[in-house]
Amino acid sequence: MTPTGVGAAVPSRVRVRRGLSRPRGGSRKYDAAPRPFGGAGWHPWLYLAPALVILGGLLLYPIYQLGLISVFRYTQAQVSGGEPTAFVGVDNYADVFGDEQFWSVLLATVLFAAACVVSTLAVGCALAVLLTRVRALPRLVLMLAALGAWATPAVTGSTVWLFLFDPDFGPVNRVLGLGDHSWTYGRYSAFLLVLLEVVWCSFPFVMVTVYAGIRAVPSEVLEAAALDGASPWRVWRSVLAPMLRPVLTVVTIQSVIWDFKVFTQIYVMTGGGGIAGQNLVLNVYAYQQAFASSQYGLGAAIGVVTLLVLLAVTLVYLRLLRRQGEEL
Amino acid sequence: MKLPVPAFLVAALFLAACAPQTSTNSASDKDDRHGTLRVWLFQEVGNEPKQKVVDSVVAGFEKAHQGTRVDVEYIPVDTRAQRVKAAFNDPGSAPDVMEYGNTDTAGYVHDGGLLDVTREFGAWPAAKDTDPTAKQSVTVAGKVYGAPFYVGVRALYYRTDVFRELGLKPPATLAEVASTARRIRAARPDLYGLVVGGAYTYGAMPFIWADGGELATAVGGSYTSAIDSAAARKGIKQYTSLFGDDNCPAAKCAGFGGNDTVTAFAAGKAGMAIGGDFSHAAVEAGAVKGKYAVVPLPGVTAGSIAPAFAGGNNIGVLKSTTHRTLAVRLMEELTSKKTQASMFDAMGFLPTFTDVREQVAAKEPFVKPFVATLAAGARFVPASAGWSAIDSSLVLPTMFQEVISGKKDVAGASEEAAKKMDSAFGAAG
Repeated sequence: MTPTGVGAAVPSRVRVRRGLSRPRGGSRKYDAAPRPFGGAGWHPWLYLAPALVILGGLLLYPIYQLGLISVFRYTQAQVSGGEPTAFVGVDNYADVFGDEQFWSVLLATVLFAAACVVSTLAVGCALAVLLTRVRALPRLVLMLAALGAWATPAVTGSTVWLFLFDPDFGPVNRVLGLGDHSWTYGRYSAFLLVLLEVVWCSFPFVMVTVYAGIRAVPSEVLEAAALDGASPWRVWRSVLAPMLRPVLTVVTIQSVIWDFKVFTQIYVMTGGGGIAGQNLVLNVYAYQQAFASSQYGLGAAIGVVTLLVLLAVTLVYLRLLRRQGEEL
Repeated sequence: MKLPVPAFLVAALFLAACAPQTSTNSASDKDDRHGTLRVWLFQEVGNEPKQKVVDSVVAGFEKAHQGTRVDVEYIPVDTRAQRVKAAFNDPGSAPDVMEYGNTDTAGYVHDGGLLDVTREFGAWPAAKDTDPTAKQSVTVAGKVYGAPFYVGVRALYYRTDVFRELGLKPPATLAEVASTARRIRAARPDLYGLVVGGAYTYGAMPFIWADGGELATAVGGSYTSAIDSAAARKGIKQYTSLFGDDNCPAAKCAGFGGNDTVTAFAAGKAGMAIGGDFSHAAVEAGAVKGKYAVVPLPGVTAGSIAPAFAGGNNIGVLKSTTHRTLAVRLMEELTSKKTQASMFDAMGFLPTFTDVREQVAAKEPFVKPFVATLAAGARFVPASAGWSAIDSSLVLPTMFQEVISGKKDVAGASEEAAKKMDSAFGAAG
């Protein structure tokens, strides 16, 4: 009996790391490191306890409360003791799902957030690449401008943006010669205006993060690509993007979460949801339907739905990344 | 103690009450005859004159009630909703007496925050002169929850210079308001004829009421929306027909709220506007100072006045007070005829007593059209907690904007608004 399979299997386990200075995250199929869990009992839990208690207190407990409130009839009258609190089961959810406006708002939110994420990433990445290719002074100027946009509070940014596009006093209409064209009257033009503001205030995060990522890429790799005659687009596509994958994953998820939850920009720029509510997104809708009139139960139900949608989007995204055979 | 963490977490979840928290905000049965009374009043822009009047009332009250101290705090109007909620949730930090916006009355009563003072209000000699609409604004389901402090009402502002230049007369009917507005716009395309706003609910209501419509009708203890009745639809049509390039272009005006219209008028961009007595200062500070006058907004027939919305503030006693008798007495002092007369001199707040109002109108010609509007019978929003939900979920602005932007016709938009209103009234019980 010759141990045929074993000898042949060994060389295949040695992976050749080509051109990558960053060690790849170990893939579970091959790594056979002894797992710390298993027979060790409660010891690991003991060490984890402080972190778990804090995480539980700060993350799980509020979510638990949110879920709890969402199954009660819980308005200001219940909070201040004017009426008894009543368990209503899934009534709040039925209210939310039964409102046809909710579905159109959800759809608008998903599409709007997707457009924002794509635009933000495109602008952020393009400018990050640009940053690596310009001299120190323009780089400094671009950095400062971006940080200025980043540091501007959303309310201020939205108000200024709105003023720029004001039909009567705004410079944009004057420069473009549009007379008193109103940007916030049409549904898509209002969404476009808000999208521009959202991109403007969130691209700096992407830009700075991706720029830092690019800086960490060894210069010999880029040099090699340049020697091979790769175009800038090709370098991005085949060298930078794959190497920056973890960074891009993080900024994408961040952007998805931010843009899905956008509130201030819509609230300020479209006057609380636009003409006849045409620019409502989920958060503003929740605020108007529930929180502004102290219907906390209903608001909590919308909150739970938002949470689940975000969780689903994030999981699907991570799943897709794994499908493509890449570790994060 | 080495409880396994998952078990510990589960235990913690069970330890937390199985229902969300609720305050034990019940009526206090204590009635202390001395001690400190806490009062919350709104912080106005330029609050000093108000404070002076209040200080003198307080000084008199403390003198008349030995061993009593009154602690007045002025709370910012913007954050009052949070403050009041907090006060209802925590009786320990709540005031005894509080000023509140009259559209909030039903909501606060529903929350269990305000004390029923029907008996005291009935026994109060001054109460018989209270304007019926003002009394309606403190009344929920037949019980009185406070005393009216001042009223605010809207009327028609117009540009005297523009009217003279174009040879126009102040309109005598609602139809004339529309035709006059179009003539102004035609002659002066740089101006809105009558500046209106798709989100200016209180500016639109007179059109609904003038045509005999109602927002809602009281049925038993609850309300049913009447916004889709034929009369109300006529008013909605009349109001929304003012949006268009021949008066106030929809692209701009559909999004306007009340403040936007007043700002436009004050900046000299409109021939007419529907503004309140409280807008006076803003208009005076604008470009049109000295070039405008005010008349009551006319009704359907010549000589009639379109019913206006009676806004304003009330002063009430909180249910959790431990000084019931003193607090009610202080409420009466703060809203007495004398206080309201001085408050008019100091702040321009219109008194809620008809006799006091006539006296001040004789002194100050500016308020005459507003007093006339009130005398002709102003209206109030439904006294239901459902109204605050209708208000904050923008049911009526959405309806107007759907019609203005052509997304729906009057019938469709009003029907949907009625449905939403009914569900809000139903939820409020």
